[in-house]
Amino acid sequence: MLITCPYCGPRDVIEFTYQGDGNRERPQPASQDLDAWNAYVYDRLNPAGDHNEIWQHSGGCRAHLRVVRNTITHEILSTAFARGGHKTESRS
Amino acid sequence: MSPRRTETGGRIDRLRTIRFTFDGAPYTGHAGDTLASALLANGVTLFGRSFKYHRPRGLLAAGVEEPNALVTVLRGEVREPNIAATMVEIYDGLVAVSQNRTPALAWDIGALNQLGGKLLSAGFYYKTFMGPVIGPLKGTRFWMFCEHFIRRAAGLGKAGTAPDPSRYERMNAFCDVLVVGSGPAGLMAAKAAADQGARVILADLEAHFGGSANWSGETIDGMPAAEWAQRTVAQLGGNDNVRLLPRTTVWGYYDGNTLAALERVTDHKEAPAKGEPRQRYWAIRAGTVVLATGSFERPLVFPGNDRPGVMLAHAAERYVNEYGVLPGQRIALFTNNDSAYRSAVALKKAGATIVAIVDVRADVSNDMRRLAGEAEAELLDGHAVVATEGGKALTGLKVQRFDAISGALSGDARSIHADSLLMSGGWSPTIHLASQAGAKAEWDPARQAFLPPKPTQRWIGAGAFTGSFSTAEAIAEGRAAGVSAAGGTAAPAALPIVEAAPGDPDPAPVFEIKAKGKSFVDFQHDVTAEDVRLAHREGFVSVEHLKRYTTLGMATDQGKNSNVPGLAIMAEALGKPIPEVGTTRFRPPYTAVSIGSLAAERFGDLKPERLTPMHDWHIANGATMYSAGLWYRPMIYGLPGETVEQAYVREARATRESAGIVDVSTLGKIAVQGPDAAEFLDRVYTNMFSTLAVGKARYGLMLREDGLAFDDGTTWRLGEQEFLMTTTTANAGKVMQHLEYFLDVIWPELKVTVTSVTDEWAGAAIGGPNARAILAACVKDTAVDNATLPFMGIVHGRIAGVPVMICRLSFSGEMAFEVYSGAGYGTHVWEALIEAGQPFGLVTYGLEALGTMRIEKGHVTGAEIDGRTTARDLHLDWMLSKKKPFIGSAMMDREGLIAPDRLELVGLIALDNRPLNGGGHIVEELDEDNPHDSLGHITACCYSPALGKYIALALVKGGKARHGTRAFVSDPLRNRFGPVEIVSNHFYDPDGSRMHG
Repeated sequence: MLITCPYCGPRDVIEFTYQGDGNRERPQPASQDLDAWNAYVYDRLNPAGDHNEIWQHSGGCRAHLRVVRNTITHEILSTAFARGGHKTESRS
Repeated sequence: MSPRRTETGGRIDRLRTIRFTFDGAPYTGHAGDTLASALLANGVTLFGRSFKYHRPRGLLAAGVEEPNALVTVLRGEVREPNIAATMVEIYDGLVAVSQNRTPALAWDIGALNQLGGKLLSAGFYYKTFMGPVIGPLKGTRFWMFCEHFIRRAAGLGKAGTAPDPSRYERMNAFCDVLVVGSGPAGLMAAKAAADQGARVILADLEAHFGGSANWSGETIDGMPAAEWAQRTVAQLGGNDNVRLLPRTTVWGYYDGNTLAALERVTDHKEAPAKGEPRQRYWAIRAGTVVLATGSFERPLVFPGNDRPGVMLAHAAERYVNEYGVLPGQRIALFTNNDSAYRSAVALKKAGATIVAIVDVRADVSNDMRRLAGEAEAELLDGHAVVATEGGKALTGLKVQRFDAISGALSGDARSIHADSLLMSGGWSPTIHLASQAGAKAEWDPARQAFLPPKPTQRWIGAGAFTGSFSTAEAIAEGRAAGVSAAGGTAAPAALPIVEAAPGDPDPAPVFEIKAKGKSFVDFQHDVTAEDVRLAHREGFVSVEHLKRYTTLGMATDQGKNSNVPGLAIMAEALGKPIPEVGTTRFRPPYTAVSIGSLAAERFGDLKPERLTPMHDWHIANGATMYSAGLWYRPMIYGLPGETVEQAYVREARATRESAGIVDVSTLGKIAVQGPDAAEFLDRVYTNMFSTLAVGKARYGLMLREDGLAFDDGTTWRLGEQEFLMTTTTANAGKVMQHLEYFLDVIWPELKVTVTSVTDEWAGAAIGGPNARAILAACVKDTAVDNATLPFMGIVHGRIAGVPVMICRLSFSGEMAFEVYSGAGYGTHVWEALIEAGQPFGLVTYGLEALGTMRIEKGHVTGAEIDGRTTARDLHLDWMLSKKKPFIGSAMMDREGLIAPDRLELVGLIALDNRPLNGGGHIVEELDEDNPHDSLGHITACCYSPALGKYIALALVKGGKARHGTRAFVSDPLRNRFGPVEIVSNHFYDPDGSRMHG
């Protein structure tokens, strides 16, 4: 599997660390809504198909990326900095 | 020349004789021979014994799919078992032995298994290892005893025990077009892609490129196909953009068009040349893959189809045309399709007598009748072979009238005398790589075969792989695939002209002749047609269950011959068409792959070693080193004759009495910088950092999002916008990733950068009543008195000319200082401190003494922050700020995390004055035979020189409430039982008067 890091270009998956489901929304820091916190900390989507994920280029520039990956074909549909900005689309 | 060797023909070099041994007997062959072809030329028919029944077996195939002729190749002490003789190129001095026979191949005691054939049917293991349910042998113990012998009797070659001295290599390669298979389709594809300027890799598992062109006897562009192939390969080899990989099996097709291949670099040589590895593992990233992997001929299933002398028709054609070896003199053929007729003509031309062509079809075409005539063979159309005769070699066969529609036999059986029977049950495209790449194969009723699925990755098929079995089609498809893979458009240039025997690619849908006797489907695992039906009768209806129950297709050949016949028989038993029964997915590897090649250069101790700047000094000064994660740290600096306990007790005592120094360079250090650095730390730590003054440090605690304790350490404010965070040694990487995640994903608006600076700083912690005096003696440019350097204060100065940063903080509980210098000056500063400490009796101390002093103080480490404990469990609730939210603050008060029966940190004193053990459990009442419910467990323990007792830290239910009460340690594994007193975790100097000075 190749992930295209906006800084480093297409790199092997071995250089990356999976950092979890990218669909989760962290409640406001002061929020006391335990259900919302529970959903954020424990609930994960597990779709068969396109999935928003967070990956860190831990063996490279260490940036966190938002990656859209097809969980069936392992195709990487797009990558972008988690901080925002540069986005790479790749539908082969 | 041996009787079976033809005078001319083939690509062997008859002028070069090669000597080798098989089962100890000397043989000769020629350059270009495989072990199979050379032994066949010597008249050897018996190559191995079958897996379960130990039946004699000969060659079935000529290539990689060979299921029977497995041998062990010996090189000195090293033995490599289970290699197909068809894939072993002979070299002078080759030593090969047969397998699965006792005491000899020709006389094998295991053949007695055939008498008990009914016992060894499908599901033998599942049925047998249940053990008798009644009687004196009740239970499984007796069967466990028998299993040893049964497992020995069933099986393949034995692996060696000698270390493998060979060298293996790993290569990464990139190309625009990878062509797998070098038959006419693959060669055309590689040439077309190369002509377009693409970077091409052409790989073939055989030693010689050309595939079927090497033995088809066809003509391409007016020359023999083998010569055409050679010329094409020579042209390819002259291109800079083409890499040719012969003897290279592409065995795995992974995501992102990444393929794995194994190149057998020197297995065919007496010895590797200088610098050559034995095998090379290729990781190939290909823009597009052209799959031109050809097809496998299928056996027919009929009684006695495994007798030595029964061979696949194309294999015989290959032995005669490629190696100049006739598999027999009186040859019969048995087929359900046209391809065997060409084989008959080829063998006739080479000098054999073709006694009969037995065809299950009644309606044989005129073209085929003409070819039968050319072979001077009697054509028995509408017939089938119902038995074979002979012992370790075929002597004859029996045929009967056969109705291909109903499968019924009729009339009298007729005997035919023959020493070789060639069979063809149609062809199955080699779709393994396509299947690995992700999609399900599709059944084609005309071809009676599974054809490759639609591509799920960037690959294009060509030739027999796609079910196009003629060479003309292969050439056309190959070129189109090559052009397309290279991103070009097809040029209208003329294609090479092929002259080939006629033939219909579609076989009759006949897989099995049902007659009395064992009819083998999977030759290597000894699975018969009856086994498949038995599995069906016993209720196995899914093809995946069939496979596992009968072990069909699960031998080292992975069912390359047997999958389709096995499915066909299962489908018939189920009364369903084959596509409804389905097929199993192929998984890597395509053929066996040596573990050595996968490891390549990466063997031995692969851990990187992290050494502190003072590492060499520790070694030179008698430290016993201890590996902590990747780090190496001094455990003790033992004196001659000292035990570990004596050494650490001496070091800890000397520190508390005067001063000690320890290397703390391994602590994680992260520079946290930026306008929002203080705000960020407020969110990350449970306590406040924005209120920390510049030049001061503070102890901090981090929680995880779920509210459990994560890591602790001190963070130093070096400037308004600059902090130096320290973490525990073990969690340095995790904390860094945690901070990066929050900055990148959760709070991208914060202007903060974090940088790992662990390796930039050398750290020495010096503590004890005389620590300040020692610093005063060597530190320049700053005072170190209480006013200048109060508790948790930071000063900058110089030691021995080197800039240092000193923070007054204490892990040992003594008046203590951490002295940081640039890593390159670590030893220089360390030595200066040691020298300054000499008049005070300064000792160096290691991890054991460090641990002892922290246990005496009741400080927590990773042993207590174990991912299950909360801040409250560790009595760190005073650090939980109520003024601000922080990571984990919302979740830390959940019901289960504040329950009264949680394990809490306590201290223990051994009342029997014996050592305690980490992991030992604490119980209320002692019963050595029946350990009671655990109250908790010991996390750390030592002998305390300060208390003169064996003490421990423990996590115990109820915790504080039990202070002053008695309990027991119960540690049945180490047989340690005894009374303890539960006390506060702060054993020593609980009010901190020593460190505050």
